[in-house]
Amino acid sequence: MGFFNEENEEIAKEIVSRYPVARSALIPLLHLAQEQEGWITKPAMEQIAELTDTTSVEVLGTGTFYEMFKFHPVGKYLIKVCTNISCQLLGADELFEHVKTVLDIEEGGTTEDGLFTFEEAECVAACTEAPCFTVNYRYFHRASPELFDEVVVDLKAGESPLSKGCADDQGVMPEHGTLSRVRQQIPKTRSAGIKHPEEIKGPPSWIEEVV
Amino acid sequence: MVESPLQTGYVKHAPGFVENEGPKLITSRFKHTDSFTLDKYLSTGGYEGLRSSLNRLPNQVHDEVREASLLGRGGAGFPAGIKWGFPPEGVWPRYLVVNGDESEIGTYKDRLLMERDPHQLIEGVLIACYALGLSQAFLYVRGEMALAQERIALALDEAYKAGYIGKNILGTKFSVDIVMHWGAGAYIVGEETALIESLEGKRGMPRLKPPYFPAAIGLYGKPTIVNNVETLSNLPWILNNGASAYKGFGSESSPGTRMFAISGHVKRPGVYEVEHGVTTFRELFYDDNFCRGIRDDNELKMFIPGGGSAPWFFQEQLDLPLEASAVGAAGSMLGSGAMVVMDETTDAVKACLSVVRFFARESCGKCSPCREGTTWEEKILQRILDGDGRPSDIDLLLDIGDNISPGPYPAAAFSDEGLDAVPFPPSQTTICPLGPSSVAPIVSAIRRFRNEFEALITRRDPIPLSLKVEEVVT
Ligand SMILES: Cc1cc2nc3c(=O)[nH]c(=O)nc-3n(C[C@H](O)[C@H](O)[C@H](O)COP(=O)(O)O)c2cc1C
Ligand code: SF4
Ligand code: FES
Repeated sequence: MGFFNEENEEIAKEIVSRYPVARSALIPLLHLAQEQEGWITKPAMEQIAELTDTTSVEVLGTGTFYEMFKFHPVGKYLIKVCTNISCQLLGADELFEHVKTVLDIEEGGTTEDGLFTFEEAECVAACTEAPCFTVNYRYFHRASPELFDEVVVDLKAGESPLSKGCADDQGVMPEHGTLSRVRQQIPKTRSAGIKHPEEIKGPPSWIEEVV
Repeated sequence: MVESPLQTGYVKHAPGFVENEGPKLITSRFKHTDSFTLDKYLSTGGYEGLRSSLNRLPNQVHDEVREASLLGRGGAGFPAGIKWGFPPEGVWPRYLVVNGDESEIGTYKDRLLMERDPHQLIEGVLIACYALGLSQAFLYVRGEMALAQERIALALDEAYKAGYIGKNILGTKFSVDIVMHWGAGAYIVGEETALIESLEGKRGMPRLKPPYFPAAIGLYGKPTIVNNVETLSNLPWILNNGASAYKGFGSESSPGTRMFAISGHVKRPGVYEVEHGVTTFRELFYDDNFCRGIRDDNELKMFIPGGGSAPWFFQEQLDLPLEASAVGAAGSMLGSGAMVVMDETTDAVKACLSVVRFFARESCGKCSPCREGTTWEEKILQRILDGDGRPSDIDLLLDIGDNISPGPYPAAAFSDEGLDAVPFPPSQTTICPLGPSSVAPIVSAIRRFRNEFEALITRRDPIPLSLKVEEVVT
């Protein structure tokens, strides 16, 4: 016990309670751990195992399958350039080289100041807006090298570059680990009631009353 | 970069979406900047399809969807109404899992539907749950889509508070919980049995078949319906307007509209809602109402008609309608509604490597023909491009492909060479279609551009990275 801070431990329990089987919360809890620490630590995996009724080896086994989980520290901003075909057709390779030069690191590396980690991305569903890159999974569409430079300037100055790319996304740029800045909350009084599958023997009671 | 008349203003609405002429069944709200809020949704007819459903019996709602012949939009095009009939009699509980894992190369539509109109999707989920008699659904959003997660979480919270989700929906007995789940980066999780494994907190590897449909054995071993985001987003309109009105759009075998993402070398790339079954590729790529032609008025060299897994089409296929059976007979598929257009300046071998590399990286590694085969395909293509190709490499590539997908591989007709079309789908020695998908670009490119492969193999210095061909031939 003891990795999650008090607030996150509450959130973790609330997430687990939404699933019929605790293990289903494993990936969301790994995200929560990454949100708290920026990467997945051993104590995090131990506590997630307890919360999801698994072992920390199972947590590691599941976690390492997924590319978004980092098992070592990464930069505050994770920059990913899409290098799949639609983006390549409109200059992704050139953008990739530019990013590498500006940050002065190899793909997969982190800058010395711990600010940026740079990775290749597989198609991020913005293909008509090519080429594109993301920073902490926030989109920048139709990206020119100049746009990238502006984003770096903003981030170094502690300002949010969000409105520069996909103007649909606004506000503060979260640090690596935070995805949605909003958490789903099911009010206890409004929930239909979540049960373990083995506790359910027939159709939901509402059917009889409707039919 | 591509000239787009929408370049400056349009991002205020839905970036990528093009508001053109034609019926808008599922993208009608995209033009509003606040399209994702409950207020906007309600003031534009939102949740009326749910109300209309709740006034009928669940099986009547199911009948309406069956009658509409709504085809799945996740790739396989299976009719939703028929799939919903698959759960075995008397086995409970049952679940609905929404597939929002969109990650096939070239595909961009589900993200828009989730970011721009999450309530429409939620209403679709509620209608499906009512028709199917369910009390819990999971909405699986791709891990990398932070904004979509945010919009869906917000919309779910609003809808719970306003009584559209949860206990006693709209004052009726109907009660269902919808939980947002989010992934963590793995293309293969889009395959429905892998999606279920992932939702169970495991590595996202596809399950052995049979059973072919998780409708028999799915989440926690219980009957589970998996539907794509776009499929479900159609339900509010269908329940509001009726199946016959829905069939007033599109063709008989492919009714309604579909969202297509056209990327690459067109003048106005974007996501378009298009009447299903009637529009042709040529209209889509060249008409003023759609993509307005190839950039710089170049010649079209090839295009991918339905996501990275689809065999390539060429000029000869431009007049085919956007209709599953016609495209299938011609040797490819509409798949995920993703078209990648490549002009004459594109290097076929590099394009082929690009697509193959994606599959090699995303192979889950469960079956050896896919795990080993895709790795070899990538290595061989890379060495050809590095100037280290061997004369036997072309046959070797085809032979590896034949191990993953034995027999003639689906391909477009090539009249110059007297080659007929090989219809879709391919055979497979693997658990899921990812392995065979890696063969599509290889067979397509070699069949059509064998000379480009041969030219590279006899050349001895590495070729620069970019996909542009000019730098290669100088
Ligand atoms: C490798 C692979 C990846 C897939 N990725 C997706 C995906 O990202 N989204 C999706 O909806 N379906 C995807 N599918 C199809 C699903 O397995 C499934 O057929 C679909 O979600 C069913 O929904 P529908 O009937 O509404 O189309 C994929 C299939 C395969 C084999
Ligand atoms: S075909 Fe490839 S991705 Fe699919 S199950 Fe086999 S190894 Fe995994
Ligand atoms: S290819 Fe880059 S976002 Fe799809």
